[in-house]
Amino acid sequence: MIGIEKLTKTFGRFKALDNISLQLEKGQVVSLLGPNGSGKTTLIKSILGLTIPEKGQITIHGKPVGKDVRYRAGIGYMPQIGRYPDNMSIEQVIHMIKDVRKEQADYDDTLYTGFGLHAIRHKKMRTLSGGTRQKVSACLAFLFKPDIYILDEPTAGLDPVSSELLKEKMAAESARGKLVLITSHVLSDLDGLTSHVIYLQDGRLVFHESVEYLETVTGENKLNKIIAAIMQAPKLLPC
Amino acid sequence: MLTITRYVLIDLLRNRSVAVYTLVLALLSVSLLSLEGGSGKALLSLLNITLLFVPVITTLFATIYFFNSLEFIELLLSQPVKRTRVLLAVYTGMAFSLSVAFVAGVGLPLLLLAPALPSLILIFTGVVLSCIFSAIALLVFVLTKDKTRGIGAAIVVALFFTLLFDGLLMMLIYAFSDYPVDKALIALMTFNPVDLARVLMLLQLDAAVLMGYSGALFKKFLGTPAGSIYAAASLVCWVLIPLLLGVKVFRKKDL
Repeated sequence: MIGIEKLTKTFGRFKALDNISLQLEKGQVVSLLGPNGSGKTTLIKSILGLTIPEKGQITIHGKPVGKDVRYRAGIGYMPQIGRYPDNMSIEQVIHMIKDVRKEQADYDDTLYTGFGLHAIRHKKMRTLSGGTRQKVSACLAFLFKPDIYILDEPTAGLDPVSSELLKEKMAAESARGKLVLITSHVLSDLDGLTSHVIYLQDGRLVFHESVEYLETVTGENKLNKIIAAIMQAPKLLPC
Repeated sequence: MLTITRYVLIDLLRNRSVAVYTLVLALLSVSLLSLEGGSGKALLSLLNITLLFVPVITTLFATIYFFNSLEFIELLLSQPVKRTRVLLAVYTGMAFSLSVAFVAGVGLPLLLLAPALPSLILIFTGVVLSCIFSAIALLVFVLTKDKTRGIGAAIVVALFFTLLFDGLLMMLIYAFSDYPVDKALIALMTFNPVDLARVLMLLQLDAAVLMGYSGALFKKFLGTPAGSIYAAASLVCWVLIPLLLGVKVFRKKDL
């Protein structure tokens, strides 16, 4: 579904992404991992067309990402930091995005009701806590039933109940054949959900493997143990 | 585009800073007009307030607002919409709400207490300056990387056009006082929208005589219909050029 070929991006002298090639297929839940500043957000933003790559190409459903913005109708994006206009209410923000995507009138509002946002829909964005704003972001990402979900630190700042609800939603969507791409530092949140792991370091791809493969290679079954084992003994992986 | 503008307006028209700005302008206008009784003097004082307040407040407020909306602009751009559309929509919302604030704060008292042609020109001046400095703020926003630098640049730009430019012009006039610089002066003034606006307004007030020889020259050139059209066209360019430049840079910007 998403094909990335030899993607390179530098900011000044800093190489944010260095010759990355990836192929992501539908039904996968891909965890994008790596230390701070390893290029995770740059990769996500490149897929969304927010940063413009220097070299390489990104294709979605076989079509290159470029001038035509329509491909983004098939993507639901949840940013790491959700900041909204101060004086707009939750309802107005949701209406606004619905108006911007007028062609897609088939809504999925399970998260909207699940998070209880309908009860506080008249509250101004300025008055909301960070967690509630995260819920609005999540709700917007899932609203248009896209084929691809790109979630940047989705569970950071959410309470356990909401976090669980969001994870259930992600699992349900991937079971429906959607592609879910997540970055998170809370690895325990990704356990049991992830099917593939991409590990980036200093803008380079360290590995991209399925979780089953990683489990057999390392003999561990928790994601944080798996990553720790590989970091201590990089020879476990052929690449 | 209008969809996004509409929501930007919903947010901005309820913004507390915009409300305070309107209120301060209204207080100043009403007190000046009732003190001086709608005479040329009151208009002149109002003009000076407009020429100082509007550029500085517009540039600063708009830059800060644009930077605060950065994350939301990113979210909008992750939807299937073009970058140009989003940027122009945000600009339109900003220019419109600051113009509304000016019309409500200065325009309404003027129309009620001193309804005459010069008042109309002053309102036009304020609205055009709001549009120009919103466009300049947009350019500052697009060209700078982070909020701190952006606000710094906005302060420098606003002070440059309101204070520094005139100082430099004075220095120039003084240095070349042995030469006829009047014509060059008109050309140079085109590079400062605040000066253009000031001259456009002063000519309406018969205060041009107070400006000596250059005043007479301005009257001779800018007082003619062709001159007024030239000044107005220059002001329109001051809206369009920063706006188009901003759009051009923004299309290739990494967010």
